[in-house]
Amino acid sequence: MDLQTITYLVVGASFALYIGIAIWARAGSTSEFYAAGGSVHPITNGMATAADWMSAASFISMAGLIANMGYGGGLFLMGWTGGYVLLAMLLAPYLRKFGKFTVPQFIGDRFYSQTASTVAVVCLLVASITYIIGQMTGVGVAFSRFLGVSSEMGIYIGMGIVFAYAVFGGMKGITYTQVAQYIVLILAYTVPAVFISLQLTGNPIPQLGLGASISGTDISLLTKLDQVVTDLGFNQYTTSVPGSTLNMFVYTMSLMIGTAGLPHVIMRFFTVAKVSDARSSAGWALIFIALLYTTAPAVAAMAKMNLHATVNTAVGLETAADGSMKVNPEVIKANADVYAPEASLVYEQRPEWMKRWEKTGLLKFEDKNGDGRIQYYNDKTKNDAAKAKAEAAGWKGNELTVNADIIVLANPEIALLPNWVIALVAAGGLAAALSTAAGLLMAISAAVSHDLVKGVFMPNISEQGELRAGKISMAVAIVIAGYLGLNPPGFAAGTVALAFGIAASSLFPAIMMGIFSKKMNKEGAIAGMLAGLAFTLIYVFAHKGIFFIKGTEFVDMIGGPNSFFGITPEAIGAIGALVNFLVAFIVDKMTKEPPEHIQAMVENVRIPRGAKAVDGAH
Amino acid sequence: MDDQGKAYWSATLGLLGKILAIWFVCSFLAGILFAPALNGISLGGYPLGFWFAHQGSIYIFIALIFYYAKAMGDLDRKFDVHEE
Repeated sequence: MDLQTITYLVVGASFALYIGIAIWARAGSTSEFYAAGGSVHPITNGMATAADWMSAASFISMAGLIANMGYGGGLFLMGWTGGYVLLAMLLAPYLRKFGKFTVPQFIGDRFYSQTASTVAVVCLLVASITYIIGQMTGVGVAFSRFLGVSSEMGIYIGMGIVFAYAVFGGMKGITYTQVAQYIVLILAYTVPAVFISLQLTGNPIPQLGLGASISGTDISLLTKLDQVVTDLGFNQYTTSVPGSTLNMFVYTMSLMIGTAGLPHVIMRFFTVAKVSDARSSAGWALIFIALLYTTAPAVAAMAKMNLHATVNTAVGLETAADGSMKVNPEVIKANADVYAPEASLVYEQRPEWMKRWEKTGLLKFEDKNGDGRIQYYNDKTKNDAAKAKAEAAGWKGNELTVNADIIVLANPEIALLPNWVIALVAAGGLAAALSTAAGLLMAISAAVSHDLVKGVFMPNISEQGELRAGKISMAVAIVIAGYLGLNPPGFAAGTVALAFGIAASSLFPAIMMGIFSKKMNKEGAIAGMLAGLAFTLIYVFAHKGIFFIKGTEFVDMIGGPNSFFGITPEAIGAIGALVNFLVAFIVDKMTKEPPEHIQAMVENVRIPRGAKAVDGAH
Repeated sequence: MDDQGKAYWSATLGLLGKILAIWFVCSFLAGILFAPALNGISLGGYPLGFWFAHQGSIYIFIALIFYYAKAMGDLDRKFDVHEE
């Protein structure tokens, strides 16, 4: 069977499974629609949270970015897992005890103010829509490869499918569907990694393979990779930091506190039965997430190795008789010259996968020196030795551009793995993107219909009307995100990082102060959220355009790119959070204390006893 | 809040402080600020600082959450505020 047919079969089968489960568990009342009646086991909830959490950014985009960034890519790995420690300890158990559905509801009640709740809805919408733009970029990549169309066309198709999918079921449908999606996506991620780890190191566990020696040699994989990439003028893989160490520090912090402030993740912890379950649920979620997150660095390093080896035979991998990739220990040990004329791959002899990806426009070849061979290296290198060698070899600039977002999907193809593995990865990428988009749309729909329409404008709206308002808001969010996804502000993972910064600077501090500072009043919380959000958005929009619309950047007005101590817009959320806390405490000191009953409520939230089932009433 | 409640809350904050300290050391210190220094030491084929950033912190985070869940359960029972 050819690759295209197998891909259709595997992707089709996985979709049939999700839709089947959604029908089986179709939601009835609003209470079931949003929170599955508060009756989900911690392990089930952990698995669903993991699927909800690991989006196109984690699955499709992250390892590719790590492959580009090297060691510094660890900021995604630490940032997107370390936040669970904060979530488990600082927010989840207390929000579960509080016992309402949504984050704006908590903020509105705790700060005894409709305004606070409305500001929280605005923060939530900005963060969630930015997040979905990142998903759409990922969905576009996956569909374009899967259907052999351009990435723009991929986004249009993805918009339709995400909408049909999210509107169809409620949280209950989604909880069990997401368990199925988790299983599909984790298999899709780890199976090729196991194959590749075996090929390169003989060790089936990728986490160990990354630290092992290359088969048939005593040279460690990372040492060899460091050597190959530095020879070609790139930064050393195990030490390169994009930007400064300060930026990496702040970026990691921003992703961590953004994780704890993202409404679609927090909502998950309303669905467990008890306060004690909310604590351990975060741990289970992190175990399931860590399976992918500890595999990702292996995927990154090995894909980078394989990609270089594909276009440069001096690296030391070759195609075996059965069509798979295998190590040639002699060449590895010899450290052959990557600048030798015959080492570069002849374009006409390129493997099939390159042709397939060329169709999507995400992989491009341009023969700058007209020798019909592919020269893939860093032509902007600061390494003089590499530069001199490239010039001596007659290389006229880098000729291969590979979009970072294709690395994971192309990974099994690059390693020449069997077709069913390639098909499985396509299904996994789509599962990741769809499950997260659905979870985010749930959070958006809950915020708009429950907190805005019912809470502010039409308190007497019927359950039917509320559900309809929720579905309309989902549709609007998809159209906006799809439109902006056509000209995305960055790679999927970079765009998603912006969403985390927004959540980190606006929602996390407000929720945390609501629990840990009994005296924090509504004036302080509202001023803090607005200041944090405004600070972060101005910095982000200055670099990426107002509402991410191209051509509206105003980076000169804030003193040039990364003008705030060299911090990139993706990393600014942590500083925004600091601004939020500071403004909140200053305003709080100048205004009067919260009323007695609110302080009593905070004390009550802090102890587990007396937790009730979730109720949706205002 | 009565004295018992105050004591429970300060015990909770003490626990959080301890866990956050470890959280900070394994990621921000070992994985970022001191990573270049730690890279001199190798763990199998991994430079140690690189390992903390790409593997080690994640394992430690998991251990921290389960330790927290257990320690909080013990505190709840000690101060008699656990769920029925």
